[in-house]
Amino acid sequence: MAVEFIDIVETSLAGIGTGSLMALTGVAFVIIYKATKVINLAIGEMLMIGAFVFYGFSAGLALPIWASVPLTLVVAALIGGLIERTMIRPLLKDNPVSVFMVTIGLTSVLIGVVELVWSAEPRRLPEFLPSQPVLLGDAFIPSKTAYSFVIAAAAMAVLITVFAFWRGGIALRATATDRAAASSVGIDVPGVFSFSWMLAAVVAALAGILVGSVGGISSAMGLFGLSVFVVVIVGGLDSILGALIAGLFIGWLEAMVGRFMGGEFKLLATFTILLVVLVVRPYGLFGTHEIERL
Amino acid sequence: MATTGDLILEVNNIEVVYAKAIQALRGLSLAVPKGKIVALLGSNGAGKSTVLKAVSALLPMENGLVTEGRISFDGETVEQSAPHKLVRRGLFHVMEGRRIFGDLTVEENLTAATYALTGRSGITPDFDIVYRYFPRLAERRKSIAGYLSGGEQQMLAIGRALVAKPRVILLDEPSLGLAPLLVEEIFGIIARINAEEGVSMLLVEQNASVALSIAHYGYIMETGRIVIDGPTEKLVADRDVQEFYLGLAHKSYRDIKHYKRRKRWLS
Repeated sequence: MAVEFIDIVETSLAGIGTGSLMALTGVAFVIIYKATKVINLAIGEMLMIGAFVFYGFSAGLALPIWASVPLTLVVAALIGGLIERTMIRPLLKDNPVSVFMVTIGLTSVLIGVVELVWSAEPRRLPEFLPSQPVLLGDAFIPSKTAYSFVIAAAAMAVLITVFAFWRGGIALRATATDRAAASSVGIDVPGVFSFSWMLAAVVAALAGILVGSVGGISSAMGLFGLSVFVVVIVGGLDSILGALIAGLFIGWLEAMVGRFMGGEFKLLATFTILLVVLVVRPYGLFGTHEIERL
Repeated sequence: MATTGDLILEVNNIEVVYAKAIQALRGLSLAVPKGKIVALLGSNGAGKSTVLKAVSALLPMENGLVTEGRISFDGETVEQSAPHKLVRRGLFHVMEGRRIFGDLTVEENLTAATYALTGRSGITPDFDIVYRYFPRLAERRKSIAGYLSGGEQQMLAIGRALVAKPRVILLDEPSLGLAPLLVEEIFGIIARINAEEGVSMLLVEQNASVALSIAHYGYIMETGRIVIDGPTEKLVADRDVQEFYLGLAHKSYRDIKHYKRRKRWLS
């Protein structure tokens, strides 16, 4: 079977589209890790609850899209703040492993909340992205993939610019490196914690809205987080740029392997990459290699 | 010594307990007059660093608690809740072991310290003052701080304090792990900062002779309390201080029994 060039291009574009959503979710993960050194296993579920809140506003209350999106992001910020305040901050002084375990529990809590409110049934989000397919040369891209890519790319561009030029980015990294030293130079450490969880929840919710609009929503959509972990480990846990590049790459790879080798090879390919990266660069492609003076 | 109005920092009879079990300070008092350098000396484990952490409210981060007594900075009581607010009021703690942000650059480390200026109007961040006192940091402003030499890291730690424009700097063992020549250089700069910027300092040191060479007043601690204090000239002249802290032996080492002499203030 000859592989047609146009087929490769179309599959690549679709894969990069999915990859951009993984990258965006990866960025949410990285924001939390960068500031608090917490590995947040519930990032997929934070994405899910964002998608459901959006569903609640846009379908449940039938609000227009221009109102639903900002409202969802505000609610997501509040949820993120609430999680930090009630579950993470009390454990600040404890072993990182216990915080890690709490985030595992958090996944169940968030799934439970969603199923209590909206039941476990899969749902569709109202159509809000233009449905006109996008043609790039001869290549055909499904409209939702194309538009969600554009939105995700814009969001990441904003985040990267902000973190490059705003000293808050430095405060996040300083807090992650050494909390006591960060407060000794006047950084409000609990404030940084709250802020990073709120921002990450907002970014995850935005990704949730996009993921949901492409493939529908269900209480199991948090599984999307699994690919995101691969993305952030490959890119480096504390690198926004790493999440971006690894996200696009893994998305592309999954699509290509799925199209030309069969869906069952998708995970094989992803996790092979993960293994190789872990062996060659355990801190990820762009992660910080901790500096130790002996 | 001075009256309360001239004191920038006053520690009154504090007791500190770690993990609700270990008593680290017992009824400790000291005072730092405005514009002066006060040295707090003592051997390992005497509780010197604990005093500084109590003053800068960093104790709760290490599970420590001030159970008794009162600490006041510029006439106001220091609460043990929010260390960053204290820094913003002008009390800067240069922690033991330098504690620079290793994966940030020199300049980013200084930028992080600009958070200390939050809420103080009319002050713009000034990195030139840091580079003026420590020209070596200027050459390395774009380097990753974790790769600096130990001396440069200590300079950066003090540099962060300069950015914060504090009224008091608490310095914890600035000589730690540095070569003697470098120690002299850094202490020379500390003395200059005190004289030129008018910043008061509370200096904790194990290296008593170098600390007393720049301090105006000194306290000596043992096991959680002050045992001797006085103006530097008086301390330097004290026979016990000379013998136990400055290492000046008056007798020959042949007379080895000499080491068994008790520190008489402990009895």
